[in-house]
Amino acid sequence: MSVPVADPMRPPASAQPQRQTQTQAAPSNAFQVKCEIRDVGFYYGKFHALKNVSLPLYDRRVTAFIGPSGCGKSTLLRILNRIYELYPGQTATGEVLVDGENILSPGLDLNLVRSKIGMVFQKPTPFPMSIHDNIAFGIKLYERLPKSELDDRVESALRRAALWNEVKDKLRQSGLGLSGGQQQRLCIARAIAVRPEILLLDEPASALDPISTQRIEELIAELKPDYCIAIVTHNMQQAARCSDHTAFMYLGELIEFDETERIFTRPREKRTEDYITGRFG
Amino acid sequence: MRLYTRRRIANYTVVGLSLAAMAFGLTFLVFVLGTLLVNGVGALNVTLFTQATPPPGSAGGLMNAIFGSLAMTVIATLIGTPTGILAGTFLAEYAHNSRLGEFVRFINDILLSAPSIIIGLFVYAVLVVPMGHFSAWAGAVALAIIMIPVVVRTTEDMLTLVPNALREAAAALGAPKWKIVITVIYRSAVQGMLTGVLLAVARISGETAPLLFTALNNQFTSTDLNAPMANLPVVIFQFAMSPYADWQALAWAGALLITAAILVLNVGARLFASWSGLER
Repeated sequence: MSVPVADPMRPPASAQPQRQTQTQAAPSNAFQVKCEIRDVGFYYGKFHALKNVSLPLYDRRVTAFIGPSGCGKSTLLRILNRIYELYPGQTATGEVLVDGENILSPGLDLNLVRSKIGMVFQKPTPFPMSIHDNIAFGIKLYERLPKSELDDRVESALRRAALWNEVKDKLRQSGLGLSGGQQQRLCIARAIAVRPEILLLDEPASALDPISTQRIEELIAELKPDYCIAIVTHNMQQAARCSDHTAFMYLGELIEFDETERIFTRPREKRTEDYITGRFG
Repeated sequence: MRLYTRRRIANYTVVGLSLAAMAFGLTFLVFVLGTLLVNGVGALNVTLFTQATPPPGSAGGLMNAIFGSLAMTVIATLIGTPTGILAGTFLAEYAHNSRLGEFVRFINDILLSAPSIIIGLFVYAVLVVPMGHFSAWAGAVALAIIMIPVVVRTTEDMLTLVPNALREAAAALGAPKWKIVITVIYRSAVQGMLTGVLLAVARISGETAPLLFTALNNQFTSTDLNAPMANLPVVIFQFAMSPYADWQALAWAGALLITAAILVLNVGARLFASWSGLER
């Protein structure tokens, strides 16, 4: 049993957003902060669902969010592309800086923000149209391309999502005819086709069988060199396998944020340790 | 064990009552269709489609009434479908939890259950009286007013059935709301929406009361939408009430035609729904 040791050189991330210079000797130093979450709170109507969450998301790294159901990890993800605004009565406070720009400020073009921050949801959500059109939908929103170029973009997105070989002969067939795992990879292809800078994955594998889950995890590893990825997962092994940093959340608060290896071997907080060792959750 | 026996008895009783209720309903449906067939088939012939309604005692057909019914139904559908779909879209996508939405939904429900003769009187007062004469336009407007709440309701219901996950997924790509509705939501709901429109068309094609005060009737074949126009329901009403045997036969033939048309529309709507369902 490892006892959390207080390290004066490394203040807990929940208390203070980590600056690159503050974490010494960590490999993440080589990576830039892509998205800085500062003091973010969230309300469902009057219910205070998130409290003072601050942490960085590094570029070309995978950050996993773990915690028991209802701890606010999905809510946090839904703030990062302001998808919560589809519903009245939901409000976010604080700042989310992407490349220094606060995306929560009301003056921004919401759709433009979302086009730069892709999201994949728990359940696959293919649109009721052909596989090709599913991918082309997002591309055509912001770019006017000749057909051959559009087809190339569709193909490269499907290739990146490791789906091309399975669907190249049926691009004109409905996306609804694919299996669950294929549908989820279609959704990932659709999200990366618009060339976002950040990719948000909200339990992307929780509705899939183990083989499909493995493929999604391999896919995350392949996408990592090009994106800043945030993944919410219930599966701690998954977080351990595919993330570089892990944030543990509990009851709407960020309890601990650190490198994944450290979180799973020497967590500072008792509650983190209790959760990852399965004592509650 | 006694509980189990009781449950079995309750089960059989309820199943028996359900079957009886079904048989009761079906009996009358078969009865109606049978009477129509027996009396109508004998009156069916080609002249129905080639000649206008005759004076008593001479031969004739229903051409003017068939044309009038088709014309007014088509115009009403052209007015009612876009209006109903737009209003239904407003309710489902833009005013789901708003006061205005609740108000519109409430008004629409009242309109949905308004007796059709009231709608006929309303159009009589606001169109026929100021114009000074009955007209096919007035008839089409009355039918459209009956059609709109049906289409509003089915459109709203069908759009509400589309899971929010799809809206979120499309919004997450940066799509503006109008684009999400047209390209993603409509596509998901199109079969249900079209089924609703077809059912509404079936509903208005048999309406008599609203046409009595608006399009009235016309003994002659007329294509002038500003003039009274013959139509199957009113012709059936007048001819069936008449003492002349040949007029009564024409009324039976007209009733059979209208029933067949509505049946085809209904079956078509279901076939359409299941056919596009298979594609998934």
